[in-house]
This record gives sequence, C-alpha cells and structure tokens, in this order.
Amino acid sequence: MTIFRLTLGSLFARKITVFMTILAIALSVMLFSGVEKIRTGAKASFADTISGTNLIVGARSGSVQLLLYSVFRIGNATNNVTWQSYQDIAARSEVDWIVPISLGDSHRNFRVMGTSPDFFKRYKFRKGQSLTFRDGAVMSDLFDTVIGHDVAEALGYKISDPIVVAHGIASFSEHKDQPFAVAGILAKTGTPVDRTVIVSMEAIEAIHVDWKSGAKIPGQSTSVDELRAMEFTPKAVTAALIGVKSPLQTFALQRAINTYDQEPLLAILPGVALQELWSIIGVAETALLAISAMVVVTALIGMMATLFSNLNERRREMAIYRAMGASPLTILGLLVLEAILIAALGACLGLVMLYATLSIGQPIIDSRFGLFLPINAPNLREWTVLIAVVASAAAVSLVPALRAYRMSLADGMMVKT
Amino acid sequence: MITLKDVQFSWSKNHAFKLAVPSFSISKGETVLLLGESGSGKSTLLSLICGTIHPTKGRVIVDGTTLADLSRGAADRFRAESIGIIFQQFNLLPFGSVLDNITLPLHFAPRRRKNCGNAAEEAIALCHALSLPQGVESIRAADLSVGQQQRVAVARALIGGPPILIADEPTSALDETSQSSFLDLLFAQVKEKQTTLLMVSHDPRLAERFDRVATMDQIVQVERS
Repeated sequence: MTIFRLTLGSLFARKITVFMTILAIALSVMLFSGVEKIRTGAKASFADTISGTNLIVGARSGSVQLLLYSVFRIGNATNNVTWQSYQDIAARSEVDWIVPISLGDSHRNFRVMGTSPDFFKRYKFRKGQSLTFRDGAVMSDLFDTVIGHDVAEALGYKISDPIVVAHGIASFSEHKDQPFAVAGILAKTGTPVDRTVIVSMEAIEAIHVDWKSGAKIPGQSTSVDELRAMEFTPKAVTAALIGVKSPLQTFALQRAINTYDQEPLLAILPGVALQELWSIIGVAETALLAISAMVVVTALIGMMATLFSNLNERRREMAIYRAMGASPLTILGLLVLEAILIAALGACLGLVMLYATLSIGQPIIDSRFGLFLPINAPNLREWTVLIAVVASAAAVSLVPALRAYRMSLADGMMVKT
Repeated sequence: MITLKDVQFSWSKNHAFKLAVPSFSISKGETVLLLGESGSGKSTLLSLICGTIHPTKGRVIVDGTTLADLSRGAADRFRAESIGIIFQQFNLLPFGSVLDNITLPLHFAPRRRKNCGNAAEEAIALCHALSLPQGVESIRAADLSVGQQQRVAVARALIGGPPILIADEPTSALDETSQSSFLDLLFAQVKEKQTTLLMVSHDPRLAERFDRVATMDQIVQVERS
C-alpha cells in the first residue's frame, strides 16, 4: 500500500507534466468514445426512424436511394409512382394498410410531405411508438397542416399560424395564394418527422392547380374557396409505406411489385436497405474510428515520451528503491504501475468529459443535425476500449520501464552522473 | 560479519578503473571507520558489500552468505534484510511522508518487517529515540530541515534491526555541533541494537568513536590506466 501511495506521491510531485499527459489521454479517449457514441447514436437514430412498416414502394431506382428520400428526406426521387399503380398495389390481398407519401415542396428549408390521415396512425418509430400530438390534431380542412416538433421550435409556430409552402426545394416561387394554417404540432420523435411539414395529398394537388410543368400558369389564380369546393384525386405519389397482413406475405408482395408490368417499381424491406446503407457508409465509419484510434495511440506515445524524459531526473528515486532492496523488476513494475494509473485516470477523465459534453451538446446536436444521442451508461464496447487504452498504456510503458530497469541495474544504489 | 577475500573488480574487461581488495573483514557488532578521499573507490567497495555489483574475482561474504552465489533477486532480498544504508545526501523520497520513508525497506524485507511487529509504532519509536519532534511521521520528507532528514535516514536504516549498517559520509553536510549530536544518536542506537557499523568518511576526527579505523589505501588497491 505504501508503494502505491509513494507512486501516487511521485506522480503528484510531477503534477504538471502528469496532468498534461492525463489530459492528452482524456481528450483522445473522449474523441474516440465520442465518435463511437455518434456512430452508434446515428445508427440507432436511423434504425429507429421506421418501425412496423414491411415494405416501402417507389419508382425503380436504388433501394438505398428510395429509403433515403422516402424516410429520411435526403435526396430526391428520380420519378413518381402513378396513382393507378398505387391503387393496384393497395387493392392486393396481401396489403393490410398503405400510406402514400408525396414530396417535392418545402417551407423555409423544411420538407413538405403530402400524405393521408392514416399516416398518423400507421407510421411507427423507435420500436413501435406512435406519433403523438403536442398541440392540436390531424388536419380537418384542405389547407390545414401538421408540423413536426423541430419545425415549430425553429420557426416559433403555434396552432393557427399561417404557413406558405414554396414550390420545390429551396425555391423562391411560393404558393402564396393558398396559405396553410397549423392544425397540429407533433411531439418530439427524434426522426425526420420532426423536421417535416405534413399536409394532405389533396392539398398537394390543390396548390398545384394553377401550375404546369413546375411553373405557375400566368394569369391563372384559383381562390381558396373554389379549391375547397373541388374534388382532388392525386395523379402520382413519391412513395408508399406498406404494412402486410402476414409477415410471410412480405416477400411475395415485394416480388409482385418488383415485377409489376405497368410501370417500373421498386419495393424494399426497410431493414435490408438500412443494412445496405451501413455497408456503404461502413468505410467512412471505419476511417473515422481509425483516425480517433490514431489520436489515442498518439496520446499513449506522448505518455511514453514523458516517462522517458523523466527517467534521468528520477534516477535518484530509483536508486533509493534499489538501496532499500527493490529489485530492478520492481523498478520496472513501478513505471508500469505509474503508466496504468495515468492511463486509467485519463480514461476516466475522458469519460467524464464526454458525458459532460454530451449533456450540454445533446439538445444542440439534436436540433441542428436531427441526431439524437442518448446519454446511456458506457456499453460493453466502450468499457472494452477503456480497458484496451489502459492495457496499451501498460504495454507502451514497458519501453521506458525496460530502460529504467537497465539503468537501475547499472546504477545500483549509487547514481552515476 | 563482512569478509572480502582476494576481491577484484572492474566495470568491464577494458575499463580504465580496476579495484582490488586482498583482504578485509569486519566482525559482528564492530564499528569501523573507513577513511578515504574522493575517487578512492569507496562507492565501488560499498556496492560490492551491498551486492548490487559482483566481483570479477574473489569472494564477498556478508553475514555468512557469499553474495556471488545469490541470484539477482535473492541478492536484492538479502540486501533488504541484512543491510541498512545511510547516504551522504540522505536520499529520502521527498514526496513521501516520514513514516513512508522509514518503513520503505520493510516492503522488500519480510524478516525485518516481522521483527518490527507494528511497523508504524516502531517507526514512531525510532523517531522519538532520534529526538525527532512528536508528529513528525506525517510530515513530508521535503518539508524537513537537513538535520531532521538525516535522522529520518538513520531511522530508515535501523528499522527492523538489520544486522549491518553502512553509512556513506553521513556527516559531510553537517557543522561540527550537529555532527557530534548526530553521531551520539547513531552510536546509541547501534550499541542498543548490537549492529555492525561500517562508516565511510574523509574526516579522521571521527576516529575516536569507532572500534577500528581503516584507510582505503590500506585495504584497497585502485588502478587507473
């Protein structure tokens, strides 16, 4: 115990250099664990975005592309699915429910999504959770809209506030003649729904009555009241979410849609597409992890350099131990113990700094990037990393420790200066 | 207690410094003053007796054990058990408390630890016997005066009752009055514990306190090529 206390005392006597080494290790561990948190957080966030949907259908493209634009609102569809095809699929015996999605317009950098009221009942996220309303309710009027939590927070919207939808994405052409009113605000979900303005499929058709080929028809303006009196049938949808009656029918339905002969369609299983997405971003993920692992290695090499540079000034200390009967192996052990203490303190400090940063940064990252990073206790992988850092420190410290061993053999109990 | 017979030592085959000790011995309980100037081979001789270096020829026998026959680890344990050392610079661990410093050798010497019974109590008793102030055991070594550091070094060498005490110029940093009171305390402890004492110094005025005085010239032949 005294040896341990003396090791601590020796470390404390060199507190500035030791603290800098601990800080370097702490920062590297924080970076490594932070990257790991973001990686697992992003994965969980993506995986939690859609739940309970068996198939997603869109125009034939890539399965990852379809998943990205239909669920994550990333990128755009190359083509639409005709309403006729949509109805053909909806009429199939395997289909339990089907929800259309129509994308293309925006409101102040938030995507506008046309859908049916069923969306609020059928869309599930994070292990089957349903959407809930923070304020208001589902659209009842043609020009009602339901907005996601982040839209309301970012733009300060409340119930009944007017919303003007822009034609296309990042466009200056607005559907000024047909303003929407906020009918409902959804509770936070941690999914892209938070950043979506939801309107009815009919409303999407209604606001485009005076538009043709992506441009407003000059001189034509249909009033809101006239539009309300009209009947709208969608011409096309961007994608559709499908629930099947029995999971066993999923593959049969997927095959049927993929071989649909009226137009080229693509049906994907969300889980499989997600796996494909992970395999694509896996390289970047590995590169990121490798970079942060290199930072940890650099910090450990820094620790080794510090131990080395301290060896000469600590020769007297080691000679005292030798004179008292410590073997050169004990001297080696003391240096390794010191490295283990430094690395363990660094790893713990890194973890504390990570959780402190997470608790401060979590709401900011969530609102800015839509990435919800849960603050959980370190998982097995994180503990493994911490233990690996301490073990690597012990291994790295063997280099200066062996030098100390040789020095203490040569010096004995008298320091030769 | 200590016998060196036909000892020869060199750091390496072609090293300029060579030391030879034809014959030198110290009896059990004897106090010996070894006088010698700087560079006369004192440190090398002490290292040979302590077993941190081994002779290239001849034998060093301490307390009945030929040191060259011991493995490196066994030699370290033997030194811890048998020899208490007082250095010229006291060599305390500055960041450790007085108690930590005094009890340090016991961690490497189980027999000395057993002799103590309660290590902390023994350390405090030694502090008291060496006239260190009460409560000194919790003070950091770096915060002690030079005189106090020296007494702590003596307590560290004596704890657990090693049969041999080696002191390497322990009075060189002290004025005459401090030297005298330090030696009074040291000899009182040595007599009480029947310890064999080998003290190295270049000050012949200390001679009257010792059973025997030897000079490095008499016992050691040093060759520098």
